[in-house]
Amino acid sequence: MTALIEADELTKSFGALKAVDGISLAVPRGQVLGFLGPNGAGKSTTMRLITGFLEPDTGSARIAGFDVQEQAKQAKRRLGYLPEGAPLYAEMTPKGLLAFVAELRGLRGDDLVRAIGKAVERTGLGPVLDQTIETLSKGYKRRVGIAQAILHDPEVLIMDEPTDGLDPNQKHHVRQLIMEMAKEKAIVVSTHILEEVEAVCTRAVVINKGRIVADGTAEDLMRRVPYHGAVTIRVAGDKADAVRGALAVVAGIKEVETVGAVNGVLELRAIPKNGAGIVTDVASVIRQKALVVDEIFVERGKLDDVFRQITSSDLDERNNHA
Amino acid sequence: MPDTFRCVWIVAKRELQAYFATPIATVFLVIFVALTGAFAFYFGNFFERGQADLSTFFIYHPWIYLLLVPAIGMRLWAEERKSGTIELLMTLPLSPWEAILGKFVAAWAFIGLALILTFPMWITVNMLGQPDNGVILASYFGSFLMAGAYLAIASCISALTKNQVIAFVVAATLCFVLVMSGHEPVQNVFRAWAPEWLVSAIASLSFLSHFESITKGILDLPSIVFYASLIVFALFVNKIIIDQSKAA
Repeated sequence: MTALIEADELTKSFGALKAVDGISLAVPRGQVLGFLGPNGAGKSTTMRLITGFLEPDTGSARIAGFDVQEQAKQAKRRLGYLPEGAPLYAEMTPKGLLAFVAELRGLRGDDLVRAIGKAVERTGLGPVLDQTIETLSKGYKRRVGIAQAILHDPEVLIMDEPTDGLDPNQKHHVRQLIMEMAKEKAIVVSTHILEEVEAVCTRAVVINKGRIVADGTAEDLMRRVPYHGAVTIRVAGDKADAVRGALAVVAGIKEVETVGAVNGVLELRAIPKNGAGIVTDVASVIRQKALVVDEIFVERGKLDDVFRQITSSDLDERNNHA
Repeated sequence: MPDTFRCVWIVAKRELQAYFATPIATVFLVIFVALTGAFAFYFGNFFERGQADLSTFFIYHPWIYLLLVPAIGMRLWAEERKSGTIELLMTLPLSPWEAILGKFVAAWAFIGLALILTFPMWITVNMLGQPDNGVILASYFGSFLMAGAYLAIASCISALTKNQVIAFVVAATLCFVLVMSGHEPVQNVFRAWAPEWLVSAIASLSFLSHFESITKGILDLPSIVFYASLIVFALFVNKIIIDQSKAA
């Protein structure tokens, strides 16, 4: 089966700035792709190229097999898109706006009423349907934007920062909505909230300066953290040496470093050789020797760290070039 | 093709609803009717002339449009750009032509409504005498057509910027040059350096001379073609601008 979203070597410059520099992607049905990157990395521009809103300098994009420039209407019919900042006609009511979008999407009569009803229900817009959009809170505005994107139950859903500006409950709600729809659609979500990627995305693509710098599952990305899989042990200062001695026996450990001491409690970190799982061995050796430790846990690595690592090494590179 | 008409109609309907959802409609309609009437009565000496026609009413239209039509046209695209809704609109299954035509048709129909609301002028002149209603009808048609030309230019300029003030000032200036292009001051600017054929070409672009012939009751083909082709040309440029720079 071919992918529902395909991008081939997209490039786009604005004057001297190369906003998108050779991005290729393929997203099949059932995949939720999290699009990550620092501000100004080219996330929104890439999305605008994939939706056909902008014309690429070179390269092409297809939605459900239709070229977004050459067969724009067919492609756009299969696309639901939430632009950055969820722009909406402020003087309209959510009901009026959804009807406008539904009509342009070719829905009419009962189908139109049903589609709007379903989108309203899914996004919880019921209470504000007849207020003008300019009077709505940011959260409701965002939900109107999401409602218009999912209105026609599109195969392809592209959302630029769908949870930006929502409160934690609303964020949870939107993530749940995305997961509900994930099975039968290809979804691209841009975000700079990394927990969101862990929560909803089956794949994470990090872009920086218009290029893809990492591509994999959230788990794959976290493996790139230097301390991924390391075991940290908190132990009273006087027992630290005993623990260090015990750890020396465990084969999988590359080195043990002392992270710091707080109120006489020492924190030791055992770093594994090439990401091997060492926690079972560490735990059993401590049990064998009957050592008393306060706490023992596995460092999972934070996506934030990966993100910083990936995108800041690029920064260094740039500085070196300069 | 039916799909195209449908899309144009849906866009036009939304635009018209937007006029009436905001004070734009009321303010524009009231001021349009008041201004056209005031000019006819105070400057045109409607009563004093003692003639049963509306020429004093129509003669000020090119000047009133200069102020009011760019005011309607300035928001067509500049507002979409400013608020970002252009991205919503242009990623719906809608071609740029359908969007441009939908917006243009809505604004033109709105100006048409404003013209229709000047009907008390027509009733008045019919009560006072026996005017040539054919001439009046032709004049209304010519006025409407001319408004379309102003509007197409304003729409085109509006697509260039996200700033409505700039859109208004530039569109009004451009329309002013076209209105005045048959007059000496404008002609002299060009005569100084341009070849004679260009000067006369510019003179032939004059809104005024084409409008004058229509208000005399002569629906001459060249004038109709002039306004129609100006509309088509301006909208064509509008399309190119939208294609070239949607996001900027």
